[in-house]
Amino acid sequence: MTETKNDAAFVEFQRVQKSYDGENLVVKDLNLAMPKGEFLTMLGPSGSGKTTCLMMLAGFETATHGEILLDGRPINNIPPHKRGIGMVFQNYALFPHMTVAENLSFPLEVRKLGKSEREAKVQRALDMVQMGAFGGRRPAQLSGGQQQRIALARALVFEPELVLMDEPLGALDKQLREHMQFEITRLAHELGITTVYVTHDQTEALTMSDRVAVFDDGRIQQLAPPDQLYEEPENSFVAQFIGENNTLEGTVKSIDGDACLIALDDGSEIDAVPINVSQPGERTKVSIRPERVEFNKDRLHADAHTLKATVKEFIYMGDVFRFRMSVAGNDEFIVKTRNAPDAVRLKPGQEIEIGWLAKDCRALDA
Amino acid sequence: MTDASENTGPMLAADGTPLKQSLARSLRRQKLRALMLVAPLLLFVMFSFIVPIASMLFRSVENSIVQETLPLTVEALQNWDESSGELPDEAVYDAFVRDMVVAVDNKTHTRLGSRLNYEETGMSSMFRRSGRKMGKLDPETDGPFKDQVIEIHDGWGEPKTWAVIKTHSPAVTNGYFLNAVDMRRTPEGAQAQPEDKQILIKLFGRTLFMSLVITASCILLAYPVSYLLATLPMRVSNLLMILVLLPFWTSLLVRTSAWKVMLQQQGVINETLVWLGLVADDARLVIINNQFGTIIAMTHILLPFMILPMYSVMQTIPESYTRAAKSMGATNWTTFWRIYFPQSIPGIGAGSILVFILAIGYYITPEIVGGTKGVFISNRIAYHISSSLNWGLAAALGTILLAVVLLLYWVYDKIVGIDNVKLG
Repeated sequence: MTETKNDAAFVEFQRVQKSYDGENLVVKDLNLAMPKGEFLTMLGPSGSGKTTCLMMLAGFETATHGEILLDGRPINNIPPHKRGIGMVFQNYALFPHMTVAENLSFPLEVRKLGKSEREAKVQRALDMVQMGAFGGRRPAQLSGGQQQRIALARALVFEPELVLMDEPLGALDKQLREHMQFEITRLAHELGITTVYVTHDQTEALTMSDRVAVFDDGRIQQLAPPDQLYEEPENSFVAQFIGENNTLEGTVKSIDGDACLIALDDGSEIDAVPINVSQPGERTKVSIRPERVEFNKDRLHADAHTLKATVKEFIYMGDVFRFRMSVAGNDEFIVKTRNAPDAVRLKPGQEIEIGWLAKDCRALDA
Repeated sequence: MTDASENTGPMLAADGTPLKQSLARSLRRQKLRALMLVAPLLLFVMFSFIVPIASMLFRSVENSIVQETLPLTVEALQNWDESSGELPDEAVYDAFVRDMVVAVDNKTHTRLGSRLNYEETGMSSMFRRSGRKMGKLDPETDGPFKDQVIEIHDGWGEPKTWAVIKTHSPAVTNGYFLNAVDMRRTPEGAQAQPEDKQILIKLFGRTLFMSLVITASCILLAYPVSYLLATLPMRVSNLLMILVLLPFWTSLLVRTSAWKVMLQQQGVINETLVWLGLVADDARLVIINNQFGTIIAMTHILLPFMILPMYSVMQTIPESYTRAAKSMGATNWTTFWRIYFPQSIPGIGAGSILVFILAIGYYITPEIVGGTKGVFISNRIAYHISSSLNWGLAAALGTILLAVVLLLYWVYDKIVGIDNVKLG
């Protein structure tokens, strides 16, 4: 990542580093600029530094090095309660000794708002998350999904310009989670709030965000809109982490502009787009999405390279068929086809030829 | 699904016996096993705790000694009107001599003397001195006795003596309880003790007051420590925890004695203050053998009982609550007062009730560092058990103490709610 100096940036991390013990860096050289109104997701495996980044932004952790800017102002020395950032926590953190309305009223009280104004805002915030009738309840009397809504309303009730969410849907079941994903993005866009959302669930990241920052090993591996992230991963980690991915290992044989020829380890050759390779002889991991693999020859270019494949397993998943194949020494090669009327059901043991468009196949770092 | 649901009768098991019955049979073995496991402890508690306590409580009302030692006299006294101001007639004296001859034979008259001495000073020596001479009388031949008995000890010639015997003749008495609240049983009913004998109510009050002060100082001292323990990293807090628990592993007597060394007029604190010139040599602080000494030593000794429940409650308060409050714009103080403190109240409640109940019955520490002004009601109970041997009064005091604790517990439950108390 190159350092991006963006004057319009609302939230900006400049060369931020964080270490807890003085020996290891949890966050290594983080640079990130977010425009106002963006919904940005920090996605990564646990321990990748994404939550630490969020906590630094909220003010609960201090950056060991570097500068964090909010609306152009450095905030490293501003205590959390003066940053005016709304936050939704993983376990909701609703105060158990207060009713729902008191919970929502709390940020307004500390801002010394009048009683009638507070009540109006609380009611508006509750209505916003369709919990208008629940003001008198205690958090313990609400279901997980309802608590989640209240936590969201509480983070929004004092109209912050920036809202941080730390894996807010982690404790919900699948159906509720999908519903809340939609709800959160709708609210964020309606209210025009800048949102930083932390999750380790890639589906969540892809469906909700304007941009996703994929974290690993204390660095942002790629920062891109969801479609770009999925279709054009910039390195093997991102390719592996986002969605399902097939990897074939080999050596670059020749490069010609934005096309290259890769010699796989078993001797066969394939076409690919060079992403992280620059010269012949380099080792590479070739990445291809399962749904871009084709075994119907009519749909491929005449000169496309093909590979021999042996079907190992057929998995019926309803809307799609999933085949596990042995390709160029990789027994875990996955191919997906849509369950269309003319879809072919391959049988285990069947030997076929597979191929793909060169642009779908990316030669990444080894 | 068989016919069981259609039947209106009881559920039946597969073999036709009622389901409840066969469930009970299958659980019986388990229950028996559980009972066998707790039996040793149950028996131990029964015989070493419940039975002695019950018998002590019974002693607070038990008063059969008068009836047993002077059965004929008590009967004869029924016809005497103690409010008349006149001496009983010859029949009473005759019965009294007959009783005394038997009592002196069995050497029980001195015990009766001590018992009545609790009510009227001088009775003990009266019985002891009269015993030898009256034992020599022959009830059949030597009568009439009225004058002879008064001759032996002129105490028998006073209506008050007989009134005391009659007043305390019932086998069950409320006399000890009246004594325990600075009153006494008189022929005219319950009356206040003379001023100079009224100490027990004051002592109860002092015990309650000092226990409250000790509980309050424990809360003040324990809260910050518990907070530290709950928020510091595990490694550091474990070390701190050892410091908290260290006093637990030291004998109570040693700790109390250490305070004696610290607080006395020639002790560490006074010497240091004098050496620093903060206190004049002839005006050394009196910080032991009074209430102050008891409060200091007991606060120290009971502190862990406050810290541990507080700590275990505070440990369960997630950091995200305070973080959430701060993210909403609350200052550190507001966050503490509005968010953290209310959630730590159950810990304070648990610690307070523990410390208060322990304090109210404390005995060793006030005994050693309390002097005369800093002693508790428990010290008075111990005195009556081991020195004055007035076990009835001791039992009555103990019963009242128990009742007060239960009452406070009930009040506490009404105000704070026992459900809000968490020990971990």
